[in-house]
Amino acid sequence: MLDSVIFYFFASIAVVSAALMVTRRNAIHSAVFLITTLLATAGIFLQLRAEFLFSSQIILYVGGIMVLFIFVIMLVRLDVPLPQIRSRLQKWIALFVALAVGVEAGVVLLLARKVPGQGLLIPNPAPANQLHPNTEELARSLFGSYLLPFEIASVLLLVAMVGAVVMAKNRTGAP
Amino acid sequence: MSPTLHSIVAFVQAWWVELLCALLIVLVVPLIAGYIVLVERKVMADMQARLGPMRVGPHGLLQPIADALKLLIKEDLIPDNADQFIFWLAPVLSMTAALTSMGAVAFGPWFQVARDINIGLLFVVGVSALGPLGIVLGGWASNNHYSIIGALRSTAQLISYETTAGFALVSGFLLAGTLKVRTIVENQRNDHAWYIFLAPVGFFIYLIASIAETNRAPFDLPEAESELVAGYMTEYSGFRWSLYFLAEYANMIVVASVGTTLFLGGWLRPFPNVHWLGWLDAAPALLFAAVGAYCVFRAGKQPARVQSLFMWALAFACFVVAAIFALASPFSHLPLEKMHDGLYGAFWFLLKDSAYIYIFMWLRFTLPRFRFDQLMRLGWHILVPLALINVVDVSIALALSSEFGVNRWLAMVVTTAATLGAAMLLVRWNDKYSAAASAALLTDSSVAENSHAG
Amino acid sequence: MMPIGHYLFLSLALFLIGAIGVITRRNVIIVLMSIELILNAVNINLVAFSRYFGDVAGQVFALFIIAAAAAEAAVGLGIIIAFFRNRETVLADEMDLLKW
Repeated sequence: MLDSVIFYFFASIAVVSAALMVTRRNAIHSAVFLITTLLATAGIFLQLRAEFLFSSQIILYVGGIMVLFIFVIMLVRLDVPLPQIRSRLQKWIALFVALAVGVEAGVVLLLARKVPGQGLLIPNPAPANQLHPNTEELARSLFGSYLLPFEIASVLLLVAMVGAVVMAKNRTGAP
Repeated sequence: MSPTLHSIVAFVQAWWVELLCALLIVLVVPLIAGYIVLVERKVMADMQARLGPMRVGPHGLLQPIADALKLLIKEDLIPDNADQFIFWLAPVLSMTAALTSMGAVAFGPWFQVARDINIGLLFVVGVSALGPLGIVLGGWASNNHYSIIGALRSTAQLISYETTAGFALVSGFLLAGTLKVRTIVENQRNDHAWYIFLAPVGFFIYLIASIAETNRAPFDLPEAESELVAGYMTEYSGFRWSLYFLAEYANMIVVASVGTTLFLGGWLRPFPNVHWLGWLDAAPALLFAAVGAYCVFRAGKQPARVQSLFMWALAFACFVVAAIFALASPFSHLPLEKMHDGLYGAFWFLLKDSAYIYIFMWLRFTLPRFRFDQLMRLGWHILVPLALINVVDVSIALALSSEFGVNRWLAMVVTTAATLGAAMLLVRWNDKYSAAASAALLTDSSVAENSHAG
Repeated sequence: MMPIGHYLFLSLALFLIGAIGVITRRNVIIVLMSIELILNAVNINLVAFSRYFGDVAGQVFALFIIAAAAAEAAVGLGIIIAFFRNRETVLADEMDLLKW
């Protein structure tokens, strides 16, 4: 009961904020609604007992990436609502395609339940109090079987950092 | 609707302690933050050889209430072209981040909202990372050049020192081996040492980073601008401003609590395992009794009758608290004994918290302010490399002591010495580098000689 | 325990809203934000499956996706800043240097 209340709470916030995000004309409003969506997603992670991912989402995504977005929106200074060229056709095509894909995937998800056996062929999840502690599990996996991707991810972040600094640097004047 | 009602009742029955703690946090922390402001003004006055607020209430004790009333009844101004939604949202975001991060902080072994959460202190650090978001949105929504500049500077400072604080905390987490709040304190009891003694460099880096994290002096350039010119709080008045202000002081409590839990032994009394120092257990009761006795002593010397009445009342309150502590000790066989751990733990925790916050105030009224580029240089050029080197050294010390059987204290001392040597090298290199850089930029040699860098 | 279909539907909905954002919006920054939304939808999917199969690899992969998203957002925003410095615009249909 509590599970479904929490899920519907966070899921509805996520979907409504996402819909608001892609429709605002003011970029800062979009950013704020993306922040709410990310926080709701973090809530979903918490409900799925992925606690470390919950805190990583908040620290990295909301506290890092969204601050970066807001900085850039302020730098670009085009946060006043722009006159939109009302290309109506594009909007309706996008909506139609999204709806088509959604219906298709939805039908697959719904019909799969009728497969004889266990529906989506997914076993029941382990009850929450029998789970291993999440951070330790993640650490064991990350520093054990996934050590190479971990190191590559750190190199990726270094490359991205250097690239972003070089790209955003002012070429004309002093460093 | 009966099953819904049943599930709600079951939920409250299972979680009533945590809900009570959460309610206390939301109701009491703004009041406590107000009184921390009063303490700060009194400490500032003490360090400047004056008395501080004395008018409102006896010895100025009702000053926070007067300030709160004044702020509540002020006119709520919203600038003309300000973005209404975000203008409303920004202080709410800051305050929410500060209060939510208190959810995982354990003020003593019993008072914690999110018990047994796997990621204890990481939750606190993470949610307080939402604070800078409130600042930058507030500065932007004010539609004021000075606000935006102040907000961008403040946010840049906060996110830079978040990295530093995180690395400093990692060295503590390495020692503790866990992120859970209670387990960290239990491990400090089992290791017979507060982690400040095992990783002192980590503690001091965290101290400096937490001063910068909460926009306190000497890193308070965003706030000083609001004293001199402007800042992100310019266009906010009345209740909205008080939300920002209280969020800052609540953040102070949170970073002090994190530092206390991880480095200063949390709710353990000094030397928790040494038996012949067991008389320290009587310290809370004795301390309050001493304060009560001092109040009685001063009560006779007050010039006005109402002031001496107040002193008598304060003495009475102190004696009552001392009696509660004495009655909760294991010597009396009263049912109050069950609260022993909670009460004494909370006392020691709040004492260390207050010491940490006192250090904040002490530094505020002693050191001059950092310029913004000096601040960023200190953060990125000195503290982040030092924090990284500290993490590596603590890991080396732990590996030496667990794999190769070297004595833990010896390993820690050697690696701390290595970290301090690296720190001195960093500072020397940084001085040389930035002096050379500023000498290259400036053509005037006398100005180049006088420009100190960080 | 919620049946996993709920999480998959949520992930699908967020993915489609993000896709609509990418296709429809002119402002390149909002397009980047919609891409972040798509990545988040994928994360929800991965973590839901990780919980239901009891394998932590899903969460590890989601963590890598967050890291990659951070890197991509940083570089993408750097590109936008560099372009804005040259052309004073962030609208996708005004970025037509290669158009003949």
